[in-house]
Amino acid sequence: MGSFHYVIKDEIGIHARPAGMLAKMAKGFDSAVTITKGEKTVDASKLMAVMGLGVKKGDEIVISTDNTEDLEILKKFFEENL
Amino acid sequence: MEQYTGKSIYKSVAIGPVYFYSRGEQQVKRCKAEDSQAQLERYETARDRAVEELQQLYQKALKEVGEVNAAIFEVHAMMLEDEDYNDSVKNIIFSQQVNAEYAVAVTGDNFAQMFAEMDDEYFKARAADVKDISERVVGILSNKRAGSSIGREPVIVIAKDLAPSETVQMDKSRLLGFVTELGSSNSHTAILARTMNLPALIGVPVKEEWSGKLAIVDGYQGILYIDPDEETLEKMRKKQQEDRERSRLLQQLKGRLTVTPDGRKINLYANIGSVSDVAAVLENDAEGIGLFRSEFLYLEKDTYPTEEEQFQSYKLAAEMMAGKKVIIRTLDIGADKQVEYFHLGQEENPAMGYRAIRICLEEPEVFKTQLRAIFRASAYGEIAVMYPMITSVEEVRRIKAIVEEVKEELDARNIPYKNVEQGIMIETPAAAVISDMLAKEVDFFSIGTNDLSQYTMAIDRQNPRLDAFYDPHHPALLRLIRMVIDNGHAHGCWVGICGELGADLSLTKEFLQMGIDELSVAPGMVLQVREAVRKAE
Repeated sequence: MGSFHYVIKDEIGIHARPAGMLAKMAKGFDSAVTITKGEKTVDASKLMAVMGLGVKKGDEIVISTDNTEDLEILKKFFEENL
Repeated sequence: MEQYTGKSIYKSVAIGPVYFYSRGEQQVKRCKAEDSQAQLERYETARDRAVEELQQLYQKALKEVGEVNAAIFEVHAMMLEDEDYNDSVKNIIFSQQVNAEYAVAVTGDNFAQMFAEMDDEYFKARAADVKDISERVVGILSNKRAGSSIGREPVIVIAKDLAPSETVQMDKSRLLGFVTELGSSNSHTAILARTMNLPALIGVPVKEEWSGKLAIVDGYQGILYIDPDEETLEKMRKKQQEDRERSRLLQQLKGRLTVTPDGRKINLYANIGSVSDVAAVLENDAEGIGLFRSEFLYLEKDTYPTEEEQFQSYKLAAEMMAGKKVIIRTLDIGADKQVEYFHLGQEENPAMGYRAIRICLEEPEVFKTQLRAIFRASAYGEIAVMYPMITSVEEVRRIKAIVEEVKEELDARNIPYKNVEQGIMIETPAAAVISDMLAKEVDFFSIGTNDLSQYTMAIDRQNPRLDAFYDPHHPALLRLIRMVIDNGHAHGCWVGICGELGADLSLTKEFLQMGIDELSVAPGMVLQVREAVRKAE
């Protein structure tokens, strides 16, 4: 399983819109994508759960998935949107 | 185009979409439903339709307001398709064997609760989104579409009836106007409409099906248009333009003194219902606050507001008014303003019942909490206090004794306060008739013409059928006012009017001749009254 760390730069954090875009993207992937903040890990395809993490600006999260290609796409997504 | 007439509350024009407000829109019944599979199918059908509607809304918004603003509808649709949300609904349907409506309502509440408990303002606010989508599904399931929330666009609120507490809770920046079927021109919602300069109509037979349609409220003619044609729309837009022009002219009176042509200065103050109205007071250049209806602090809450909460509100108003007078009226609930946690109970005749100062004298601790907050706030500005619903000298003496206790407590705690002018509302015929006796006890009188007229003429201000019998200029009322002014002046009290009549421009001249010292009116009327005073020959 591959993963990367990311520190949120967006002013509001992972708000509804990027959370929605992320969920849509994760649903399209074959392997599960998870987001970990502190001790909590959630499935990235679950919009409410991701929003429920309450990820704010400056928070460090870990994004994990089995597929390395997907991981690259996710990296790009976070850098562009969050 | 449909057209309805009603009684107009405020002369202005509003154009915008209808938001149909109905009470208890989240009342979902829990019913036993043994065929869980059927309930699940009902849910899934309703959910798919809701998602479809949201996608349509998204497309519409995309064209009208752009991608950034439209995105919320797409997110709402995705929330409805969220796995956890759907699992929860399904689980409740099967495990509790209940109807789909109930399962959706509970799920929505639970997720809303989760967001509401988060410590970030942005995420907290998402609770409303979850509620919104759940209400949409419940609405489809139960075939009632009242559940849509007030939304982000300004709307004309249409309702069967609006209670004061309901109007208070509405986001005022999104209100264009009100139309209700019940209520009378003196009800609190009507007063609120005047305070906010919003066109409002009452006595219109309202229909839920208007929800979302374009409407015009013509406060000049008292007409509500649903789905107006181009010609009407054009005419009303022009009227709206003229309205604005008139406000602009009135703005030129800002900063001018309120003096009569023969040089007598009148104190022109404004009435407010909460601290947020202070902005309107300043914008309209009122010279003070003549009536701060403190009960709104109590109506907004589920339990007694603390001394500290009240102190902060009064202090803020005093500071914002920067040395201008702020007259706080102590708690005036009961009658048409009910607060659940006071447990006042039902009364046969609430207008003449257990209300206002009567509650305060029976519940001295509640009263003292408020008085302490008021006296503490006095150190930060120019605060005066007045007491509602007085009928006897004895009541005033009891109040003054309680005030002395409060001052002693503050002294003992070394808390600073200033000399606070104390006055009473003259709103019962009894108080008017013995105003010579009362004047010896207090610093000022403020005549509450709304209650004084209903008690003098024995006309219930909540009953629209009586509007035909109601003469706002009844000579009995005008005689009482003259008597109160004379008695006040004979014993060194200044006398003002804080009821609706204070803003009645056809009476301004007469009040000035009677020797009135102060007029306190809705913020939006301040400049018009100033113009009338300056022109009164």
